Amino acid sequence: MPILTWPVSEESALVHEQFDDIGQQREAAKLGMWIFLATEVLFFGGLFLSYTVYRFAYGHVFVEASRKLDVVIGGANTAVLLISSLLMAFAVRASKLDQRRMLTGLLLGTALLGCVFMSLKGVEYHKDYVDHLVPRMGFKWEGADPGNAELFYWIYFAMTGLHAIHVTVGIGILLVLALLAWRKTFSNGNHNTVEIAGLYWHFVDIVWCFLFPLLYLVGHR
Amino acid sequence: MKTATEIDIQTEGEMPREHYLNVKTGVKAWLLTTDHKRIGILYLWTILVFFLIASVAAAMMRIELLTPQGDFVTNETYNKLFTIHGVLMVWFFLIPSIPAVLGNFVIPMMIGARDVAFPKLNLLSWYIFVAGGALTLWAIIHGGVDTGWTFYTPYSTTYANSHVITMAAGVFVAGFSSIITGLNFMTTIHKMRAPGLTWFRLPLFIWSMYATSVILVLATPVLAITLAVMCVERIWGVGIFDPKLGGDPILFQHMFWFYSHPAVYIMILPGMGVVSELITCFSRKRIFGYGFVAAASMAIAVLGFLVWGHHMFVSSQSVYAGMVFSILSFLVAIPSAIKVFNWTATLHKGSIHFTTPMLYALGFIGLFTIGGMTGLFLATLAVDVHVHDSYFVIAHFHYIMVGGMVMAFMGGLHYWWPKITGRLYPEFAGKLAAMITFAGFNLTFFPQFILGYLGMPRRYHAYPPEFQMFNVLSTAGASILGIGYLLPLIYFLWSLKCGRVAGPNPWRATGLEWQTPSPPPKHNFEEKTPVVTEKPYSYSAEEDADLNLASI
Repeated sequence: MPILTWPVSEESALVHEQFDDIGQQREAAKLGMWIFLATEVLFFGGLFLSYTVYRFAYGHVFVEASRKLDVVIGGANTAVLLISSLLMAFAVRASKLDQRRMLTGLLLGTALLGCVFMSLKGVEYHKDYVDHLVPRMGFKWEGADPGNAELFYWIYFAMTGLHAIHVTVGIGILLVLALLAWRKTFSNGNHNTVEIAGLYWHFVDIVWCFLFPLLYLVGHR
Repeated sequence: MKTATEIDIQTEGEMPREHYLNVKTGVKAWLLTTDHKRIGILYLWTILVFFLIASVAAAMMRIELLTPQGDFVTNETYNKLFTIHGVLMVWFFLIPSIPAVLGNFVIPMMIGARDVAFPKLNLLSWYIFVAGGALTLWAIIHGGVDTGWTFYTPYSTTYANSHVITMAAGVFVAGFSSIITGLNFMTTIHKMRAPGLTWFRLPLFIWSMYATSVILVLATPVLAITLAVMCVERIWGVGIFDPKLGGDPILFQHMFWFYSHPAVYIMILPGMGVVSELITCFSRKRIFGYGFVAAASMAIAVLGFLVWGHHMFVSSQSVYAGMVFSILSFLVAIPSAIKVFNWTATLHKGSIHFTTPMLYALGFIGLFTIGGMTGLFLATLAVDVHVHDSYFVIAHFHYIMVGGMVMAFMGGLHYWWPKITGRLYPEFAGKLAAMITFAGFNLTFFPQFILGYLGMPRRYHAYPPEFQMFNVLSTAGASILGIGYLLPLIYFLWSLKCGRVAGPNPWRATGLEWQTPSPPPKHNFEEKTPVVTEKPYSYSAEEDADLNLASI
């Protein structure tokens, strides 16, 4: 991706050598991202399967263990990510309408909400540590079947941890895009990169929408 | 399609002045190339290195098995040898063999594109592959791993006293190169076909590579997460695979085979694609039942995701699950048989040319049929209980992997060698090597069917003396097979300098990749992208009656 610092007059200058025209290039890039997201779904799928198997086997312990998670922070984080996705959707629109300042602001806003999510997650992890809920690091369980409860928290940390890695990568991408947007890279029809990054960000959001009920809400009626 | 004279844009007997190999030379130009053809060649050299290392491991195992006593290597070393052989052959040779080498080289040309959709990602995939390979080699050099290529828990997580984490990390990393390659091919095939090249005008190699890519993209991430969880379990011992802590080691097998059974089809579908190309070209006939062969590829890719449990018939899996997996496994035989029948029907009344690639293709059909049929024995619940984990299984999957995929890879490499290098390999030596390979292969692996049926288990370095005769036969076969693989290495290298200049289309084959000079220019087609107006494989046995391809 060449970093252009001045507006280019023709779309054809944006077309990479292997493509015939900008339409083909855009479609290929979008399809590529969708295929990548399919890969990601199956990557998370292994952990979702583990969760399903052990929740089926140790349902009551999972319910007990789930009650100890902080549903308020988890709920707030869900709201934060959903709003960030809304900003991202506006950002894609702004890039298509060539609104540079708006685009930069929205991308920064999305990244900022991502950072808020990560901060809240950090606070929550710390709280879990203080409450002795981290497997293998001073884990203590008063109720029955401590081994199975530890398994729940292991899955909780694995899933939210893997999700957090994806959020972090997303924040990095958004910050780079914000900088590029400020430098007018996405002017004059070169908005595809923003749209593709948007797909990724929405995916990260959707994964959380599954994690939240599975991990936080099974114990709350 | 154009007529023969119009195709000959390049004068016979002369190399084109400028082509992808000489447009930019030097190590840096190669290491930073985004040309799909050069990346294919980078992959070719890399997998050759892994093939040689894995072959040495196999040779050492065969030497050990010459005698019933464990006298050449210790049992521990033997465990490490079959792990090296399995891990390198599966992930660092077979999976990238046809897709990353031949697929990379010919897919864009076959569909009339200048390159793949994401050339930089394509190069990145090679670097990731090399990094994964380096990690794996590091694990081998620093003492090896003794779990076998399957990394079964709880052995790998709790008991194995070896570099499990490093080697699993190597496989994990290499997996992302598979994913990128699959993603690239799918996007390329969807979005970059030449005008007029509709889905049902695509060469069958493209269909099979598309099916392979679907598996690469959807199955590989499951292996990645499985190996990652396995490593975490080994480091922290949290119990996800440990029954002591409430976990389940069988869960690992489910997740592992959910990848690894589809991976078997990653290792055969590309071979089927190559064979479809070879059979039609050297029978000078349209393929019989084009639509069925194409659909069979997709059917195999889809069914492949539903049969993983047939690896676990004796793992304490529920007997009803076993029955369902057994039936679903039988279903895979249908599309596979469709392919075999259609290839043989294509041969019928064709004008058959016994060139080197054709010999490999015919060998493929026979060996794949044996491998596939014995697969049905193994999919049968009751029989599997008897032959599970025995040499019968080893023989079965080597008939598919080596008799099928490696034969097809060699056939394809010979077929496209003139396109890759612009020069012909010596035909007589080629035929000789093909026949030596076929004979050596059968001598190596057929006795193993008998050994397995008689009850010799896999993965042991010593065995009862009554099994010796079959083991000696097998080792003898392996040394012949070794010669069969060494010969092409020698004459391919020789042909780079001394081979006859091939011209654009030495096989008088149809397909867009033959409508450009050999070696092709950097962007594949010199001026405009070609336009396709016909179905594929417009061969005519009558027109080509006096053509003598085998004598070139």
